[in-house]
Amino acid sequence: MNRWIREWSVVGVLALLLAYLAWRAPAFFQLQPLLSLLAREAPSLVVACGVAMVIIVRQIDISVGSQFSVCSVIAGLLAAAGWPLAAVVPVAVLIGGSLGLVNGLLVAWLGLPSIVVTLATLVALRQCLNLVRQGEFVNLPERIQWLGLSQSQGQWLLVGGAVGLVAVLAWGLRHLAAGRWLYAVGSDAEAARLAGIRPRAVTLGTFVLMGALTGIAAMMNVVQSPQVQPLTGSGLELKAIAAAVVGGVAISGGRGTVWGVLAGLLLLACISPAMVHLHIDAYWEKAIQGLIILAAVMVEGLRRRRNHAR
Amino acid sequence: MSERPLLAFRRITKSFGAVRALRGVDLEVRAGEVHALLGENGAGKSTLIKVATGAHAPDSGVIELAGETLERLDPALARRRGIACIYQQPALFPELSVAENLALRLEPAAGWRRVAWAERHRVALALLARIGAEIDPGREVGTLSMPEQQLVEIASAIGAGARVVIMDEPTASLTRREQERLFGIVNALRREGVAVIYISHRLEEILALADRVTVLRDGQSVASRLRAEVDEATLIRLMVGRDVAQLYPPSESAPGAVRLALRGLCCRSAGGRPVSFEVRAGEVYGLAGLVGAGRTELARTLFGLTPADAGELWIDGERVTIGSPQAAIAHGIAYVPEDRRRHGVVLELPIEQNVSLAAWRRLFPLGWLRRDRERSEAREFVRALAIRTPDTETATANLSGGNQQKVALARWLATRPRVLLLDEPTQGVDVGAKSEIHRLVRRFAAEGMAVVLISSDLPEILGMSDRIGVMRGGELAAELPGGAGATQVMSAALGQPVEGTAA
Repeated sequence: MNRWIREWSVVGVLALLLAYLAWRAPAFFQLQPLLSLLAREAPSLVVACGVAMVIIVRQIDISVGSQFSVCSVIAGLLAAAGWPLAAVVPVAVLIGGSLGLVNGLLVAWLGLPSIVVTLATLVALRQCLNLVRQGEFVNLPERIQWLGLSQSQGQWLLVGGAVGLVAVLAWGLRHLAAGRWLYAVGSDAEAARLAGIRPRAVTLGTFVLMGALTGIAAMMNVVQSPQVQPLTGSGLELKAIAAAVVGGVAISGGRGTVWGVLAGLLLLACISPAMVHLHIDAYWEKAIQGLIILAAVMVEGLRRRRNHAR
Repeated sequence: MSERPLLAFRRITKSFGAVRALRGVDLEVRAGEVHALLGENGAGKSTLIKVATGAHAPDSGVIELAGETLERLDPALARRRGIACIYQQPALFPELSVAENLALRLEPAAGWRRVAWAERHRVALALLARIGAEIDPGREVGTLSMPEQQLVEIASAIGAGARVVIMDEPTASLTRREQERLFGIVNALRREGVAVIYISHRLEEILALADRVTVLRDGQSVASRLRAEVDEATLIRLMVGRDVAQLYPPSESAPGAVRLALRGLCCRSAGGRPVSFEVRAGEVYGLAGLVGAGRTELARTLFGLTPADAGELWIDGERVTIGSPQAAIAHGIAYVPEDRRRHGVVLELPIEQNVSLAAWRRLFPLGWLRRDRERSEAREFVRALAIRTPDTETATANLSGGNQQKVALARWLATRPRVLLLDEPTQGVDVGAKSEIHRLVRRFAAEGMAVVLISSDLPEILGMSDRIGVMRGGELAAELPGGAGATQVMSAALGQPVEGTAA
């Protein structure tokens, strides 16, 4: 139990928040608004899980927002050109994966620091998109929305799909040899190399997976609105990193679970509607989220200090 | 040379946990004397230097400088009182210029004072000229060669008015011409009345340079003699002369067929030299040598970390090429690295995950983990190697050093290796765990593995090895039978002729 204390503490805080809402603002618990909230957050959840894995291998990817935009816009253009959804989704995943491959090659093979590499791709992708699209919106055909289903059916499907994806990733991290490698490389890349693991291949693979997940997330977002905005996804990297950190992923690598990320994201996502229902000034939202992140980092720092004291 | 010592250590002791690094060292250094400090790996030389420079506080004992007892010595005080140390790896700031590096040491720290650049440059130039070094003070230290950086260190020591200069293996990375120049500087320091403590493994250097020699052994000073009173043979005898304090488990099995054979194997691109030897199944082959003799480098080449680019490697009569650790594992080579705390195990992972990390191909051929299998495998090793832990889910960081080392062993035994490379397997583990590891190594050999044991612990090499290869300067300097004496191994490691046995 002690090993998962970080994850459980987030779940505990979330449960406390929900209990308080149940007491003071039971109106928070209405099916349709909650479902809409979860569907809106589904793409962020998928991206946050990818970012969590990148952090577990002791790297960082701050270009996910730009990757997300590129995937969204291209997917929107293809859909507008009449491509069926079944063809657009794999293309979005492929594009995301290739963008991840570029990051991964620069980081793993050239040994460049990932913060600098992904800062560069963050800016470069965003600027390319601006240059090519000139800020133009992409209007989507009707049939794309909600995957051709009713709105609530579509929302259920997206939420279910995102949670299913989290479950698959959680299983992979825990039950595949490759999942174990992420933790080993993130804890001590040299020790992993001496154990016969290829740290560079593991890092590369993680960045590619990150990109592919961004592609999926972009599709989950595209189907929720009638248009694709070119600015979609800006700021997503911070949201994803925050969810990962709050959810117990150690920024120093080697530790964390995607279930924790799910709990962390839910906690951060509930703050805004909770404030509306509790009649707190909306200006406090970011401050409260910031405090939650700070608290998570401090808990992490205390854990590390205790481990070092031994 | 005056008779009163300038710097004196009296009954200095220092322990790190259970390890007693210094157990009563006496050393007297006089002004204007070059005093050589000699001893095998782990004899306590480095610890003594750190005590002298104030980096470590001694547990007991007295340090006297010019007759005055130094209480609570710290690095800043030691430097102020004129004790300077030139380390093997110069501790300079590579991004700053020579003049700036010197100024950082020499100029009093007044944070808001305006920097007098011209003055800095002039002082640096004068200091460098005093030791005959032609280095532009404006150059960035990172662009200097190692010996040039050493000269900058010496210049800063002199500039700070050092009365005692400690040199730790100063010639280790120098060419012959650079050595000659360094000797000139050492002689100049002696003429200026500086006391030089000179640490080296090169006996000929010590005999040529020193006025007096002190030999350390097992944390004690065993002898302090004038240069005229000693020769090479005496020094070697003083360094190794001791009883083997521990009992080692006897060899249990007759060696079988040749399992591992190196024929001129080396990694030239990593600076390796060709090495040839054979190890039979059931044999423990000890690799002795001084630190830096190339033993770890050879093990890293065998394991594919710096793949061999010349020579041949044969395993069980089959020629193999090892281009990566993966290939090494596939051919049944296992490498338990030195410096366990850093890379031997992944400290944050639980024991069971460390055990399965290298053997996943055998344990989980389909790619997904079978936790039941992983756990039962780990439990078996915990029992077989007597790893003291409440369960196999405990993080490896929570174990003692000896038990962590056993986890590292278990990881590699789980790969069912044919060749086991052990690099300093008992470094930093307590005595009890040490003899347990020795027994285990014997058992692995008895099970048919070819074991290569790298150790700087001479009694361990002598007690455990069926045959001993002695390395020096990246090459196999001698091959000795298991019953060889400490003097023979030490002589070979120091590049002296080996009495008795043909090399």
